[in-house]
Amino acid sequence: MARVELKQITKSFGSFKAVHESDVLFEEGSFTTLLGPSGCGKTTILRMVSGLESPTSGDIMIGGKRINDVPIHKRNLGLVFQNYALFPHRTIAENIAFGLKYRGVSKADAAQKVKDALEIVRLPGVEDRYPSQLSGGQQQRIAMARAIVIEPDVLLLDEPLSALDANLREDMRVELKAIQHRIGVTSIFVTHDQSEALAMSDRIIVMSAGRIEQVGAPEEVYNNPASEFVANFLGASNIVAVDVKGRGADDVTLEVPHFGAVTLHANRAVNLGDAAKGKLVIRAEKLHLSDGAAPEGAVSTKGVVEAVDYQGQLARYFVRIGDVQFQAMNMIDGAPFAQGAEVSVVLNPDDCSVLANEA
Amino acid sequence: MADTATKFDKRPALLLTPAFIAITALVVIPMSFILVYSFYENVDLAVDRVAFQFGNWEELLTDGYYHNAIWKTLKISFVVTVLAAVLGYLPAYFIAMTKFRHKWLLLLLLILPFWVSFIIRTLSWIHILGNQGAINGLLQWLGLTDEPIRMMFNEFSVMVGLIHVFLPYMILNIYVSLEGIDENLEPAARTLGATPWQAFKEVTLPLSLPGLAAGSLLVFVLTGGSYVTPLILGGPSDFLFGNLIYDAVVTELNWPMGATLSFTLLVLLGSVVVIYSRFMGLNQLSKAFG
Repeated sequence: MARVELKQITKSFGSFKAVHESDVLFEEGSFTTLLGPSGCGKTTILRMVSGLESPTSGDIMIGGKRINDVPIHKRNLGLVFQNYALFPHRTIAENIAFGLKYRGVSKADAAQKVKDALEIVRLPGVEDRYPSQLSGGQQQRIAMARAIVIEPDVLLLDEPLSALDANLREDMRVELKAIQHRIGVTSIFVTHDQSEALAMSDRIIVMSAGRIEQVGAPEEVYNNPASEFVANFLGASNIVAVDVKGRGADDVTLEVPHFGAVTLHANRAVNLGDAAKGKLVIRAEKLHLSDGAAPEGAVSTKGVVEAVDYQGQLARYFVRIGDVQFQAMNMIDGAPFAQGAEVSVVLNPDDCSVLANEA
Repeated sequence: MADTATKFDKRPALLLTPAFIAITALVVIPMSFILVYSFYENVDLAVDRVAFQFGNWEELLTDGYYHNAIWKTLKISFVVTVLAAVLGYLPAYFIAMTKFRHKWLLLLLLILPFWVSFIIRTLSWIHILGNQGAINGLLQWLGLTDEPIRMMFNEFSVMVGLIHVFLPYMILNIYVSLEGIDENLEPAARTLGATPWQAFKEVTLPLSLPGLAAGSLLVFVLTGGSYVTPLILGGPSDFLFGNLIYDAVVTELNWPMGATLSFTLLVLLGSVVVIYSRFMGLNQLSKAFG
């Protein structure tokens, strides 16, 4: 177990800069997610830590030691690949024990460790089978067992769940997190799936186009996105240009078009700074539609439903308010609103956050 | 529904018919003629007597000249196969692993020699290895030797020619095998603690064995059946079994003996294929050409 630190790291492929100067810290024993769309540089960072890529500049420190020039096989890392990369010509036991034979573990000890690892991933008794005889989810567990049996300093997970089908994916993410918690290994998890990131991480690092957009705990990143990109990547958001009307001791009052004055708690305005203009972030799932009049004292306005995207228990509405279209994700209570329905649109100031509007 | 289940499905038989007809007409029937011919008696140059006698087969089984040829053919085939495997693995590995964007160009280069006549490619070695050839010319120009070194018209030049001609088959087979290996396996082995060489030895090499085996079989059989290369590049004593057939049929005009030798070569190489496929499986071959 060790903490991982990247100092002023960059990576270029020819003229393409995959990772711009970044400082990243992965705390000892923590589960940190690198989240972003494909091509944002998250996998490149993972591959640089693993040694499969070398940084163009900057330092990689594991446990306080610079490891830039340490070859891959001496880094003592567990890497779980998206496609599991199990050795098809080896049995499950041989797959899991693969890393042990380079660590001078005796045959008897290795057999015991393999057995223990299979217990940890809850798949005992498959030692003599071949990878092709296991299902995708089972192969995933074997890949995990193979990576943790060597007691790595750092566990690297490269989109390990994305090859699984939806239901299994949700089970496995709970399980993966539980395994990580049990063995307490510093883990770096790469994904483009925001719900995986929110569900599993101690900390999320949101990346876009080779730069770090925001670092924080899941609630922090979700509630106080540091940029428009983060606000949109972690769920759909409505972003509205607003004027700052006044600042209290621990609140900020904004003038929101159509909705009027909205007062936010100061902890929802940390990304506003001293700016006179801001961008209000209203999450689609926090914008409520109702057909009657809005409740007394609520911040609301009138709108027209332009389109309905029916999703079973939820519906995504596209609502026109003035000349702007808003998105609202609401639980369906009875029947969903019809297209063309006139509705009250209610927002709860406690669920909004505000960014500085530099433009 | 019941009658469709019990009805004989004709489609597999229909689909197999063209291949079956082709193999019967082009292989089974001609080879049967050859077998029948091997029992005829050669009376004089190009004069055969229809008979059923075992004189030709007796000669084959008792004459040390033929045994020597069989032994030499198997030995040269084996050496050429091993050398081709060793020489072919590296380029195959390179083509499979390179990040070069125009991989097709490398494969094209591999197939390019097939556009030049096999005879011309073989003859070209005379200009490289001959007494007035490129190598001797260079050595003499550098003053390393006064007399040209004899490299032509011996077993060495025959093997060089055979490897040259059959190497692409080996490379293609190994390449196909390597290309099918998940590119994450070696990195996976590396992160688990294997050095680059260990990762290759433990993962890539065993997974590429089917291609190596298929390529080796092809080269072995092709070498075992060749006669033009020894004719062009070999000396008087550097003949393979195929040359004996050529001599019997073309020079001595003894067709019954030629038929006997042909059938022997077919059985010899055929049994190599059968024994081999029992251990290796031949589905890799279809992969290489599919």
